[in-house]
Amino acid sequence: MSAMSSDSEERLIASRPPPTPQGGAMYWLRTRLFSGPINSVVSIVTLLLIARLVWPVIDWALIEADWVGNSRADCTGDGACWVFISTRWSQIVYGFYPVAERWRVDIVLGLFFALIAWLVIPRLPGKKVAALMALVGLPIIAWVLLLGGVFGLAHVPTRAWGGLMLTLTIAAVGIVGSLPLGVVLALGRRSKMPLVRAVCVIFIEFWRGVPLITVLFMSSVMLPLFVPAEVEFDKLLRALIGIMLFWSAYMAEVVRSGLQAIDKGQGEAGAALGLGYWLRMRLIILPQALKLVIPGIVNTFIALFKDTSLVLIIGLFDVLSIIQAGLTDSDWLGFAIEGYVFAALVFWVFCFGMSRYSQIIERRLDKGYQR
Amino acid sequence: MLRPSTSIPRRGRGPLWRDPSVRALFFQALLLVTVLGIIAFLVHNTMANLDARGIRTGFGFLDHRAGFSISQTLIDYSSNASTYGRTFLVGLANTLLVSAMGIVAATIIGFLVGLARLSPNWLLARLAGAYVEIFRNIPLLLQILFWYFAVLRALPSPRQSITVFDSFFLNVRGLVMPAPETLPGFAATPIALGVAIIAVIALVILARRRQAATGAQWPVLPLSLVILIGLPLAVFLVTGSPLSWSVPALSGFNFRGGMQVLPELVALWVALSIYTAAFIAEIVRSGIQSVPRGQTEAARSLSLPGGLTLRRIVIPQAMRVMVPQVTSQYLNLIKNSSLATAIGYPDLVAVFAGTTLNQTGQAIEVMTMTMLVYLSISLVVSALMNVYNARMSLKER
Repeated sequence: MSAMSSDSEERLIASRPPPTPQGGAMYWLRTRLFSGPINSVVSIVTLLLIARLVWPVIDWALIEADWVGNSRADCTGDGACWVFISTRWSQIVYGFYPVAERWRVDIVLGLFFALIAWLVIPRLPGKKVAALMALVGLPIIAWVLLLGGVFGLAHVPTRAWGGLMLTLTIAAVGIVGSLPLGVVLALGRRSKMPLVRAVCVIFIEFWRGVPLITVLFMSSVMLPLFVPAEVEFDKLLRALIGIMLFWSAYMAEVVRSGLQAIDKGQGEAGAALGLGYWLRMRLIILPQALKLVIPGIVNTFIALFKDTSLVLIIGLFDVLSIIQAGLTDSDWLGFAIEGYVFAALVFWVFCFGMSRYSQIIERRLDKGYQR
Repeated sequence: MLRPSTSIPRRGRGPLWRDPSVRALFFQALLLVTVLGIIAFLVHNTMANLDARGIRTGFGFLDHRAGFSISQTLIDYSSNASTYGRTFLVGLANTLLVSAMGIVAATIIGFLVGLARLSPNWLLARLAGAYVEIFRNIPLLLQILFWYFAVLRALPSPRQSITVFDSFFLNVRGLVMPAPETLPGFAATPIALGVAIIAVIALVILARRRQAATGAQWPVLPLSLVILIGLPLAVFLVTGSPLSWSVPALSGFNFRGGMQVLPELVALWVALSIYTAAFIAEIVRSGIQSVPRGQTEAARSLSLPGGLTLRRIVIPQAMRVMVPQVTSQYLNLIKNSSLATAIGYPDLVAVFAGTTLNQTGQAIEVMTMTMLVYLSISLVVSALMNVYNARMSLKER
């Protein structure tokens, strides 16, 4: 041992000085942006592009913008005039909901956001209670409070609903309705019974093949034809049915991809334990399958949330339509960009938030696969 | 002598509902009855309602005179002579036009942004990332309205048009640009193009066979480019360049000559391309990242040059991941073009499911025809996709 080490010591070359520690802004710039001639050119072009495109937007939206005031006369700067938004704030949130009844919307929105927070913050306990509240409790409370007509609450027809509250209502009903329906359709599509499978395949392929707009058109023109003449069918309800059926088909495909990824042995092991079909699905297959396709489910949620804006075309007043309608106000002509940018921001915050949250939860649930 | 017992006591089959096959039959019968019941209920109600409103069913209305004008018609249409059947075709043509334009632009932008996201340049990669995160999280309808009402409506009047090269004019009425005008003898050029395409297909097939048989490779790409460009160009020049450009010029308050692209079409095209490109960019990125590094390294250890590695090793494998997803984005784009209704671009939904439906009241026929168009497009594309997938899938033995 000692002989060997002395042998190798003789062959050692003289040690070199350690590399000079590299760091700091200059080093970063040199390696990330200016590592070669092509890279440098790309960097400079990109910088010019940012200066031409991004900086004017920031300048317009934040630096030169007007923030306070209550009429058009307060728009004095060269940039955006956010007064347009702040004067219509209540309409953007509540639509045409009667002013005296808006506390009801406040309660529902408060509960909604509180439950969401309860569900998404991992540290808070009692997730099952929260989920039950969100899936059963909140819809009932929201139904009673928003629509009224019972317990001495004044009836507020859905015609008067609008703004952010309508957007969130459509999105929530769409999400809560389409997920279970999608799971059932996905199970049906993988069923061994040919007729069940055929019905599910036809249903899914039909809804996935047509644009949502034609579905909404159909729900507003044709649904009234489909029901007995004496049944009065609320316009919002019709749109909700269309949206739910449409997105359940997309959800079914997402869930199906998760079901396909589960090893056959999992179901067989369940069967060997004497579990029936539904127990096997509920206890073994679906929890694993749904966990696998969380990104897909959230993507569908995001797409659904964005597409709630389409109700504008059948004359419901969601956030976007309220703003779009506000643009035709003769006192505020020429504020289209402010209006659209604000609406975009509202949608963006929700959609981006959902996508980021799904990434977090994906990483958290992925523990079993991490080494 | 022992004989096998033949009198094994038969076990009872138990009650019928324990038998899976019986149960399956029962559930399917139940489902069939339910579905048929729902259909019968709907049909019955619809018939009763149509009767009550005095609407006659049938496709006879397609032969009636339409009598409304459409702002953009790619095929012959006149408001006082054409039928409702014709409005269907006009709308369909407009839908296909904006879809084709959108697919081309979205693919180009999407690939560029997707590659930029993978760039080693930090700034460029971040800029591309911001593009993707901004545009895919904002509703398409909002983007269409933005381009139409906030940008194109804010453009100057024709007199103050934004001008490029004195031949492209962008103003509040849309984009005015030079239009090709064919002179007699032009027909030979498209025919030459058709011949060139067939020749290239033949060349590709021959080259494949040749390579399979002998291993020798032909320079297929340069050859086909030469054929594709050279043959029509030669025919075009030989027939005496029978094409002239009609350049628009301002006269009075409007432009004369050239062709005018509706602002609705411009807005829809820009919004569809930018929105879909954000999704395509992500697909391109994930497609390229899905090819393991080892593949490139292995190619390098075989001393394959960089370009060849990309063409023969990386891109074919990335394509397998990308093509199905990009195709479904194309389908989304075609379906999303129906949002044209919101700004009044005369696509299939706006013209046929909108105006025609309102004028005739034939809701069932009109909606069925409209939905069938979209349905058949997506079914055909997904059938083609399945064929492609089967050919391209990993051959595991």
